Amino acid sequence: MGIEVANVTKRFGGFVALNDVNLHVDPGALVALLGPSGSGKTTLLRVIAGLERPDVGSVKFEGEDATTRDVRERRVGFVFQHYALFRHMTVFENVAFGLRVRPRRVRPSRAEIQARVTELLQLVQLDGFARRYPPQMSGGQRQRVALARALAVEPKVLLLDEPFGALDAKVRQELRRWLRRLHEEIHVTTVFVTHDQDEALELADRVVVMNAGCIEQIGTPDKVFRDPASAFVMNFLGTVNVFHRRVSGLTPGMDAIEIQCPDELPAGSRPARIFVRPHNLEIDTRASGRPRLRGRVQFINAAGPQVKIEVLTEFGEILQVETSQKRYRALGMVKGGEVYVTPKEMRVFFDDSRPDQADSLESGSDVDTTLGRIGRPCASKKSP
Amino acid sequence: MGFTVLYLSLLVLIPLSTLVLCAGRLSWEELWHTFSASRTLAAYRLSLGGALIAAGGNAIFGLLIAWVLVRYRFPGRRVLDALVDLPFALPTAVAGISLTAIYAPTGVIGGWLAGAGIQAAYSPLGIIIAMAFVSLPFVIRTAQPVLQDIDREVEEAAATLGADRLQVFARVIFPTVFPAVLAGFAMAFARAVGEYGSVVFISGNMPGRTEIVPLLIMTRLEEYNYAGAKAVALALLVLSFLMLLVINLLQAWARRSAPV
Amino acid sequence: MATIVTDARFADSTLGHAVQQSSAFARWVLVLVAVAFLGVMLILPLVIVFVSAFDKGWQTAVAALEHPDARAAIRLTALVTVIAVPSNVVFGIAAAWAITKYRFSGKSVLVTLIDLPFSVSPVIAGMIFVLLFGARGLLGPWLSGHDIQIVFAWPGIVVATMFVTLPFVARELVPLMQAQGHDDEEAAISLGAGGWQTFFRVTLPNIKWGLAYGTILCTARALGEFGAVSVVSGHIRGETNTLPLHVEILYNEYQFAAAFSVAGLLVGIALLTIAAKSVIQWGLRKSVRDDAETSSAAPGVSGQPWGEQWVSK
Repeated sequence: MGIEVANVTKRFGGFVALNDVNLHVDPGALVALLGPSGSGKTTLLRVIAGLERPDVGSVKFEGEDATTRDVRERRVGFVFQHYALFRHMTVFENVAFGLRVRPRRVRPSRAEIQARVTELLQLVQLDGFARRYPPQMSGGQRQRVALARALAVEPKVLLLDEPFGALDAKVRQELRRWLRRLHEEIHVTTVFVTHDQDEALELADRVVVMNAGCIEQIGTPDKVFRDPASAFVMNFLGTVNVFHRRVSGLTPGMDAIEIQCPDELPAGSRPARIFVRPHNLEIDTRASGRPRLRGRVQFINAAGPQVKIEVLTEFGEILQVETSQKRYRALGMVKGGEVYVTPKEMRVFFDDSRPDQADSLESGSDVDTTLGRIGRPCASKKSP
Repeated sequence: MGFTVLYLSLLVLIPLSTLVLCAGRLSWEELWHTFSASRTLAAYRLSLGGALIAAGGNAIFGLLIAWVLVRYRFPGRRVLDALVDLPFALPTAVAGISLTAIYAPTGVIGGWLAGAGIQAAYSPLGIIIAMAFVSLPFVIRTAQPVLQDIDREVEEAAATLGADRLQVFARVIFPTVFPAVLAGFAMAFARAVGEYGSVVFISGNMPGRTEIVPLLIMTRLEEYNYAGAKAVALALLVLSFLMLLVINLLQAWARRSAPV
Repeated sequence: MATIVTDARFADSTLGHAVQQSSAFARWVLVLVAVAFLGVMLILPLVIVFVSAFDKGWQTAVAALEHPDARAAIRLTALVTVIAVPSNVVFGIAAAWAITKYRFSGKSVLVTLIDLPFSVSPVIAGMIFVLLFGARGLLGPWLSGHDIQIVFAWPGIVVATMFVTLPFVARELVPLMQAQGHDDEEAAISLGAGGWQTFFRVTLPNIKWGLAYGTILCTARALGEFGAVSVVSGHIRGETNTLPLHVEILYNEYQFAAAFSVAGLLVGIALLTIAAKSVIQWGLRKSVRDDAETSSAAPGVSGQPWGEQWVSK
């Protein structure tokens, strides 16, 4: 079932939790609402569920307006962050709850309930746990009970609030894969909230990045990661090095751009943030002819598939650099040794948005150049 | 450690065991004589029955009041919440004379009830009212923290699964507070059975009709009929022990099933 | 007219939204029933006491309190309280200390025993002392031989009061000290503090709110105990009459205005107790909350008590 959220605004007192949000979810999609805490993602999920009513805007299910429809009639399956299982009921009773509270004329018979619950417990791989009580189960098991309970009412939409938030790393990994498979199996439109970018990127087929009550970007995991629409998205998805500089120089497509704070600001230079991912910083122990930053190795973490190196630059900025184990060994870097860092790929976001600037790059453009030179930072702006 | 045990022994253990030992010296005949007496039986019936009704009423109203105090915000709520403890803070004799003044045929409510042909003071009804007064806070105070701790998400979960308000209360909230309410009920019952000060004024103290067990013990003591007093008291004491055990078990249950 | 809203913690921000909120009508009905019930059961009796006390003018009320018998009753009640409360405070601290800081078998038995006075009818509480110290009691002959009178004299009243008020302080401190654990004390000892130093500088400040709370409850009960005291007092006017017993005598003599005047004094004390209780409860919650931030959550620390602490934790 498709969901259409249109112009939704929701305030809590003076706090604007959602600010004119528009979202379309395709039938059968698996969508992640990703954002930091306070970004409004949970509120959006609750608005879709009918647990909150928007101040402005509408929610449509399959084109039908559901804004005023009661949560009980929306047929949404909601899995709460802390599962919200009924402690005084067995697993079986928990899963059967939604069927048993139906009005008598649409309530399934005892045998049908029995069959349906058994089937669901098999689906979530908890057959044999029917008589347990929730406090006797592990976090991952409770999570699956909550899911089975939500699925029992045959929801048209499955909504999950931080579904793996309270679990430890290993269980989280397993459940993620399992949920992905489950979605492929039952194919119900699913929206889940998470603050964990890995979770969103790995699980969802569409990622909605939210910040301060607004949607920053909607796209496939690949798209939001490779082509972030805003500085926020760039910053939020993965580790990134940020340079606060003024940018002047040449139009894109040309060989070089000047990214620095020269003593005399050339006309038309603009304050900007330049983002470079750690793996897009090339590191070397010898200065080549290319534009580079000089620095010293502060810290090396070689445990892992990639070697993580912390570099203190000549301008006092700390950079995170990632390189392969092979190259790391070949270079023979040591702590305290001098290194040269060259950005392979960077992304520029201007602090002011003046698209009319004749010579400027477009904000958010990818600067795919080996000639881009990052120079001295502006005196007034301390870099991270 | 030693001090604790010594103090407890001197003040509680030795005196209480005196009663048990003394009563132990009573012959079966005496015990039988005491308990087959219609006056004793009537007193026990009244005390137990009255306490049961008072505690039962308090269980219902206590849960309702706890719900209102926890869930709703209205002017005067905090004062009302604090006043719930009044029956514990107010000397029972004061409660006794005050309730009598209210429910006597000349009183505010008593007069009104008398007009309807109901005698409140000096009747079993008055005793139940006094018992209800002294045991009023128990259910409220045991149910309040449980209601407070019920996770909002649990109720929302029930709603998303299609349960209406009544179903949410009956199937989710009530089973959660039930152990606490039961524990509060047991405490209220225990307190009401043993209560003396507030009941003695309103009861009228007619042997066989409005005489409660503690009063019967008192009367026997004043008659210097120690054997009779001991026999009656022994049964009440055993009941207290049983209630203490029951309450402990109920509270353990309530703790286990309380929301995390 | 004032509106009743659902507590924000449970309320959906949009009023009238159906998830948690009961309908406005149901809310009104429930609140009205609760207020009416508490009004009739609790507030009306309070009002009646004062109305009846000033029924015959305030001079009568004052005269009732200035009567020599009333003064004697006030003195005796004060004496009883001054002895019983500190004893039970010391006992309470010692018992809570023993229960929470040491391991020994029979601990749960000890905890239950401390609760016993709560579950025993006050009349029985008085009676056991008559059986023990009375003229025909176990120790009666020995006591009269040495010319010591306990029952039907003030020592009996003190002992009976101590019995019924014994659990209050201990019951309040045990859960609090259990929640706090021994870390602070161990730290103090490792820093070279002695036993008493540790107690006064570390333990006592930690439990001060709970201690104050228990003491308040203990005092209120000591001032107001009727049943147990009634059995052991002998009702000798001006000698073995405490305030509640004095109320009874006046009432039974149909001196209603005087009875309610003395009762009014006790009601005043009860209201003060409740006020103090509310203030202390606030402090107790705060100290438990502060504590919960550093250690694990405090099990069984009620902050709700009177009902809770009545029996078992």
